[in-house]
Amino acid sequence: MTDLLGLAYWAETSIKLGVALIVIPTAALMLGYLFLLKMMAFMQSRLGPQDVGPYGTLQLIADAVKFLQKEDIHPAAADRRVFRAAPVVVLASSFLLFVVLPTGPDAVVENLDTGIFYAMAVSSLSVLGVLMAGWASANKYALLGGLRAAGQLIAYELPLILAVMGVVIQADSLNLQEIVRAQAEGEIFGFGLIGNPFILTQFIGFLIFMISAQAELTQTPFDMPVAETELVGGFHVEYTGFRFLLFFMAEVATAFAFSALATVMFLGGWWIPGFDFNAPALNVLGPVVMLVKILVVAFIIFWIRFTYPRLREDQLQKFAWKVLIPLSLANIVVTGIFKVVL
Amino acid sequence: MPQLPGLLKGLGVTARTAMRTLFPKRGMRTLIPAPQQGSVTVQYPHEKEAPPDRARGVIALHEENCTACMLCSRSCPDWCIYIEGHKVKAPPRRAGGAVRTVNVVDRFDIDYALCMYCGICVEVCPFDALFWTPEYEYSEPHIADLLHDRIRLSEWMETVPEFLDYEPGSEQKVRKVPEFGTDDFAPARKLESDGARGLASGAGS
Amino acid sequence: MSSATAATDLRSQQAYVAAQAADARVNVELDTGDMTLNIGPQHPATHGTLRIACQLDGEQVISAEPLMGYMHRGYEKLCEVRTYPQCTTLINRIDWLGSFANEVPFILAAEQLMGVEAPPRAQWIRTILFELSRIANVSLFLGDMGVQVGALTPVFFAFRDRERVLNQIEEVTGGRFHPNFDRIGGLKDDIPRGWIAETHAVMAKMRGFCDEMEDLLMGNEIFQTRCRSVGVIPGDVALSYGLSGANLRASGVDWDLRRDANPGLAWDQVDWRVWTHPDGDSFARYWVRLQETREATKIVDQLLDGIPSGPIMAKVPRIIKVPAGEAYVSTENPLGEMGYYVVSKGGLGPFRVKIRTPSFSNISVVPWVMRGTYVPDIITILGSLYFILGDIDR
Repeated sequence: MTDLLGLAYWAETSIKLGVALIVIPTAALMLGYLFLLKMMAFMQSRLGPQDVGPYGTLQLIADAVKFLQKEDIHPAAADRRVFRAAPVVVLASSFLLFVVLPTGPDAVVENLDTGIFYAMAVSSLSVLGVLMAGWASANKYALLGGLRAAGQLIAYELPLILAVMGVVIQADSLNLQEIVRAQAEGEIFGFGLIGNPFILTQFIGFLIFMISAQAELTQTPFDMPVAETELVGGFHVEYTGFRFLLFFMAEVATAFAFSALATVMFLGGWWIPGFDFNAPALNVLGPVVMLVKILVVAFIIFWIRFTYPRLREDQLQKFAWKVLIPLSLANIVVTGIFKVVL
Repeated sequence: MPQLPGLLKGLGVTARTAMRTLFPKRGMRTLIPAPQQGSVTVQYPHEKEAPPDRARGVIALHEENCTACMLCSRSCPDWCIYIEGHKVKAPPRRAGGAVRTVNVVDRFDIDYALCMYCGICVEVCPFDALFWTPEYEYSEPHIADLLHDRIRLSEWMETVPEFLDYEPGSEQKVRKVPEFGTDDFAPARKLESDGARGLASGAGS
Repeated sequence: MSSATAATDLRSQQAYVAAQAADARVNVELDTGDMTLNIGPQHPATHGTLRIACQLDGEQVISAEPLMGYMHRGYEKLCEVRTYPQCTTLINRIDWLGSFANEVPFILAAEQLMGVEAPPRAQWIRTILFELSRIANVSLFLGDMGVQVGALTPVFFAFRDRERVLNQIEEVTGGRFHPNFDRIGGLKDDIPRGWIAETHAVMAKMRGFCDEMEDLLMGNEIFQTRCRSVGVIPGDVALSYGLSGANLRASGVDWDLRRDANPGLAWDQVDWRVWTHPDGDSFARYWVRLQETREATKIVDQLLDGIPSGPIMAKVPRIIKVPAGEAYVSTENPLGEMGYYVVSKGGLGPFRVKIRTPSFSNISVVPWVMRGTYVPDIITILGSLYFILGDIDR
C-alpha cells in the first residue's frame, strides 16, 4: 500500500488523515440528517427540520454550533479526569474503526492483515468509554446505564465475533481487502458475474451480525444503556455541551462504520461487478458504491430503531445466550463443514 | 392464514407511514415527493393553522355595548377583568323625554396572564359586549404586557367570526355579531364623541 | 373462560410468592447496601412530578413508594370559594387529557341537588363529548406506552390522530383541552352544522389508528416480552386497592360504571360491550384500553346517528343557587371512577367538594405491584397503570 501515487510515507499519511478527518464527521452528519432527522420525521408523519439550509440540511451543523456554545458542566462529585476522558475514548474508538475500512483497491487508510480482528477489538473499546462515563458521573442513573452497557458487552460481543468468524472461514482471511476479493472472485454455482456476496452464503451470520451491531451501537431494541424513559439518557445524563456532542457524533459515526463493516463483509464491499479487482477506476467508483450500500444497511439499522420498543437487560442476555450464540456457533460449524467438503 | 410476525408488521407500519408522508399524491404524480402535503405538521411561522370559528382564542370587546355593569368581572373565576366607568347624561331618546343616564367605560382591561379562557364572562354578559375570536397571536415577552386594555380588545372585534349555523334538530337561535356603530342599544361611546361629554359637564355646572 | 381463570390464578399465585419473597428480603437484608433511586419528581416516565422512591438491589426493586403532592393545586378548597359555573373551569384541569369527562359528574351532582334534568339532546351530546374525550385521552396512552418501553414512533402517531379528536371537541366547545361546556341543566351551546359528518370521518380514522397501534406496538413480540407477566395485579388485589377503570377490567373484574350505574347519560341507548382481560398484567391493561378505544368510536358513531332534536338547556334560573343537600355522582372516566361528593348549604357555590379521582387510587397499588420487579419494569408498570398527574394531586 506504500505506492499510492508514489508519495512519501508522511505525505500519504497526512493525506489519508486529512481525508479521514473530513470523511468521518461528514459521514456522521449525513447519516444523522438522512436518517435521524428526515427519515424519522417521515415515519412519524412529520417534516423534520426545514429552516436551516435547504430542506434543513444544515440543521445538525447548527446544532453542533449550539452545543459548542454551551457551558461545560462537571458534576461536583464527578471524577473530573475520567469524566472528561470518557467521550474522547468513545469517539476515538469509532475513529479507529475507520482505519481498516477499504473503499477501493488502494483507497484504504491502512490495510492490516488482521483487519477484522482489529475492527472488532477497537469497536469494543467504546464500551470502556461508556463505563467510564457512567461511573465518573457520580449519578445513579448514569451508573445504572454504564453497568448495563458493560453487561450488554458480554451479551452481544460474542455473537458479533462468532458471526464474523463464518465470513473469515469462508474468505480464508482476516484481511478486509481479502474478504472483498473473496466475494468478488467467488462464484455462485459456477455463476461468477456478481461474485459471491457473503450475504447469500452467510445469511444467518449477517442476521446475527446486524442484531449484535444494533446492540453494539446501543440502538433500539437494545438501547438499555441510554433508555431515555428509564434512565433519562443513562451514561450521558450528566454531559452537556461539546462533550455530549462527542457522544452523539460517536454514536452516528459508529453506526456508519458498522454499516461499512457489514457492507465489506456481507455485501461485496466496494467491488463492482464487471470490473477487474485491481482496476484503478475502482478507487473512485468504489467509495460511491460503498456509500450506497452503507446507506442501505444504515437505513435498516435506523428503521428498526424507530420502530421497535426496547428489550429488558435480562431478556437481552437470555436472547444472546440462548439464541444468538448457539446459532452463530452452529453457523460456524456448518460453514466449516462446507469449507472442508467443498 | 399464518400470522406475519409482529416485528415485520411493525416495520411495515413505519415504512408505510414514511411513504405516505413522502408521496401523498395519487395518480400520475404519485412519484413526486411532496412531504409538505403528506405531513400532518404545520410549519408555523410560514404557514398558519386556521382554528375553528368557535375556538376560544382571545376575548374581543364591543365597547359600544358595554355598560360597565361588572357582571363579567364578578363572575370571572380568577378575577382578571378590571373595569372602571362613569355615568354621563345622554339626550332623551324621544323629543320631550327625560334626560337619560348612560354608563361609559373608562377602563376595561383583561389580564391574559391570569385568564383561564373559560368564557364565563362572555356568557354572562347581558349586553352582547364580549365575544370570542379565534385570534391567537398576541404573545408578549413580558408577562405584564399581557394586560390588554379596551382599545386593544376592541381591535379584536374585527376578527370575530359569524356564529355558526346549528345541526338539524337544534332549537337554538343563531346569534348575530353586532356590527360597529349600527347597534341601537346604549351607544354610549358614540354619544360621548357626539359631544355628550359637553352635555354631561353642562349638566354638572 | 376456565383456562383463563386458571391462568389468572397461577399468575396471582406467582405474584403473591414474589411479593412474599420481596417482603422477606426487606426484613432481612436491609443493611446490605441497597441503592435508593428516586424516580422523579423530574423524570420522563412520571408524566409530570410524581416521585417514586425505590430501594434497589442491583436492578431489582425491593420497595417502591409513590410520593405525590408535588403538583397539588388545592382544587377541593378552591371550589369552596367559587360559584358552580366557576367550578367547572377548575374541574377541567384535574384530568387535563379528558377534561370534558371531568365536568360531567360534577354537573350531574349539582343537577341532582337542584332537581333539574338536562333535556335528552343535551344528554346525548354530553355522552358524545364524554366518549370523544375518552378517545382523546386513551389514544395518547396507546402511544405513550410505546415510549415507556422504548419505541419512538407510536407516540407521534398518537399525537397525530388525537389531534383530530381534539379538533372535533374544539369545533363544538371552543376549547381543545378545557372545554368548560357543560352547564347545570344542559350545555352551553348546540353542535355546529356539518359536525356530525366530520366526526364520523374522524371516528373511522381513529379505528385505523387502533389497527395501526395493534400492528406497530401490540403485536410486536418485543413489546409483548416487555409487558406480559409484568406487573400482575390479580382481581382481588385490584379491588382491595380501589383500582377502577381499565386497570380493574384488565384484572378480569367486569365492572363499568357506564353500564352498571349510568347516571342518566345515553350509554343505555346504544349497543356496546365492556372489555375485560383475565391476565391483569401490563399487556392486559394495554389490550383493554385499545379495545375500549375502538368500542368508544363505535359508541360515538351510534350516538351521532341518533341525536334527538329538542332544546339543549332545561329551565334553570339565571343565578344558580343549589339547595342544601349532599350528592355523590361518579362516572366511568377515561382513567376510571371519577366521583364528586358535593355538599351544598344553599349558597351560590358548593360548601364542600370531595373529588374522588381514579389515578390517586390506581397509583396506590404501586408499592404492592412493584416489589421484586426490575427498573425497566417500573416504567412499564407506571406506563400501563396510566395516571395523569393532575388527577393524582388535583
